[in-house]
Amino acid sequence: MPVESAFQPKIAAFCCNWCSYAGADLAGSSRLSYPADVKIIRVPCSCRVNPLFILRAFQRGADGVIICGCHPGDCHYTSGNYFARRRAALLFSMLDYLGVESGRTRVEWVSAAEGQKFAATMNDFAKTVASLGKCRRIGDLRCRTSES
Amino acid sequence: MQNVRELMIKKAGEMLSSGEVYGVLAWERGDFACDQTPALFTSPESLSRLAYDEFTAPMLSKYLINEAKKPNEGKKVMVFLKPCDTYNFGHLLSEHKVERDRVYAVGVACSGIFSREKTLLEKCLACKGMEFHHCDEVIGGEGKITWDKLDRFAGVEMIESMTPSERFEFWRGELSRCIRCNACRNVCPVCSCVKCVFDNPGSGVMSKSNADEFEENMFHIIRAFHVAGRCTDCGECSRVCPRNIPLHLLNRKFIKDVNALFGPYQAGASLDDASPLTSYSVNDPEPGYKDKAKGGERVA
Ligand code: SF4
Ligand code: FES
Repeated sequence: MPVESAFQPKIAAFCCNWCSYAGADLAGSSRLSYPADVKIIRVPCSCRVNPLFILRAFQRGADGVIICGCHPGDCHYTSGNYFARRRAALLFSMLDYLGVESGRTRVEWVSAAEGQKFAATMNDFAKTVASLGKCRRIGDLRCRTSES
Repeated sequence: MQNVRELMIKKAGEMLSSGEVYGVLAWERGDFACDQTPALFTSPESLSRLAYDEFTAPMLSKYLINEAKKPNEGKKVMVFLKPCDTYNFGHLLSEHKVERDRVYAVGVACSGIFSREKTLLEKCLACKGMEFHHCDEVIGGEGKITWDKLDRFAGVEMIESMTPSERFEFWRGELSRCIRCNACRNVCPVCSCVKCVFDNPGSGVMSKSNADEFEENMFHIIRAFHVAGRCTDCGECSRVCPRNIPLHLLNRKFIKDVNALFGPYQAGASLDDASPLTSYSVNDPEPGYKDKAKGGERVA
C-alpha cells in the first residue's frame, strides 16, 4: 500500500506546446505514470517563460520548477530555446545564490516522441524535490512569515 | 583635483560661450558636508559654482537620457564622465537611449571617491580601471589606482561558499531591511525604461509603491535580473541605498556567471557587442549541469 502521508512536492512544469507538451501527451497515452503533483503549464515556446513566472510559481507554493522545451536546434521558432537556456542558467544560479537549492530548478529538453523521457524526467525531478522538502524561501525573502 | 576642476571650468566656459553646447552637466556643492550634487550649467557666469573633488560620487550619464532629447535648436549638451561612468554612457548609447551626436562627452580624471566618513568607496576599491571610453576628449589624463585593489568577486565567492540555508538567512537579513525607497532603481543608468514593471500608476501619488505582495517580496531579484548582462558594475545602487544593502553582490553574481558561462563580457565597453541575454551560442552550457557535453554531473 502506498504511504499516504509521504510528502508530495508541488511541481510547476512549463512545457512548450510543440515538443514537451506533446511529449507529456505521449507519456499519458502510453500509460506511463508520473507524479500527479506535476502541474503542467503549456507555453507556446520555452522562451515564453518570463523569469517572473518562475518566481511567481515559487511564491505561490511550488516546491520545484522545471522548464521543458524542444531540443536545442529543434525549437519551432528556431532559436527560442537558446535564449531560454541562457536566461534559465542565470536565474537558476541566482536562486541558488539566494538559498533556493539548485535541485529545485531544472531545464530538460523533451521532444514530442519522448514520452518515456518525459515520465522519467518528472519522476526523477519529483524525487529530488521531495528529498529537499517544502520550499517556502522565495515567498519569505523579506520576512513575511517565519520559515518553519 | 583642484587643477582638474579649473580645467573643467575653462573648457565648459569655452563651450558655452561659443554656443556649441546649450548646457553643461556637472556637479555643484550639495546641501550636506562632502556632498556634490549633479547640476546643469547654462551660462558661463554660473560655472563658478561647479564643484569637483574626491567626494564627487554621483554619475551623470543617466541625466543625458532627458537632456540629450531636449530640442534646444539641435545644440549638444556637454557632460563630464568619470572613467566608470563612461561604461554607463556606452551602455546608453548601445541601447539607443542617448543619441551620440547630441552629446559632447568629456572624461575627467578620477583618483578614487571617498565617503563622508573619509573612506574609499567600495566601488572604488574594486575599480574596473581608469580608461575612458566613447569620450570626445579627456581632462586631467588617465588616473592611477594607488590603493590595494579588492577582487570584485570576493564577496560573491564568500556567499557561494555558504550552505543554502546560510545564504538564505544572509539575504533575508539584508533584504528585509529594504524600505522600497527605489533609490537603487532610480540611480541606475541601466534601469531607465520609459515604462517600468514597478510603475503602479493606479495608485495615484505613490506610482512606484508595491502593487502587491509579490512585488514586495521579489523586488530585488527582479531588479537584478532586469539589469543582468547589462549592468556595468558602477556600484551606484549600493552607494545610494539608505539601508546599506549590498546590492552589488546581486549584480556581481550575474556578472560572474555571465563571464563563466558565456564568456567574458563588460557591459558598455563596446558599442557593437550584443548583450549576453539578447544573444546566444549553440554551444552554451546546459543550466544546472557542470559540463553536460563532457558527461558532467548535475550540480545539485
Ligand atoms: S535603495 Fe535600498 S532601501 Fe531603497 S529600494 Fe533599493 S534596496 Fe531598498
Ligand atoms: S517551440 Fe519548443 S522550445 Fe521553442
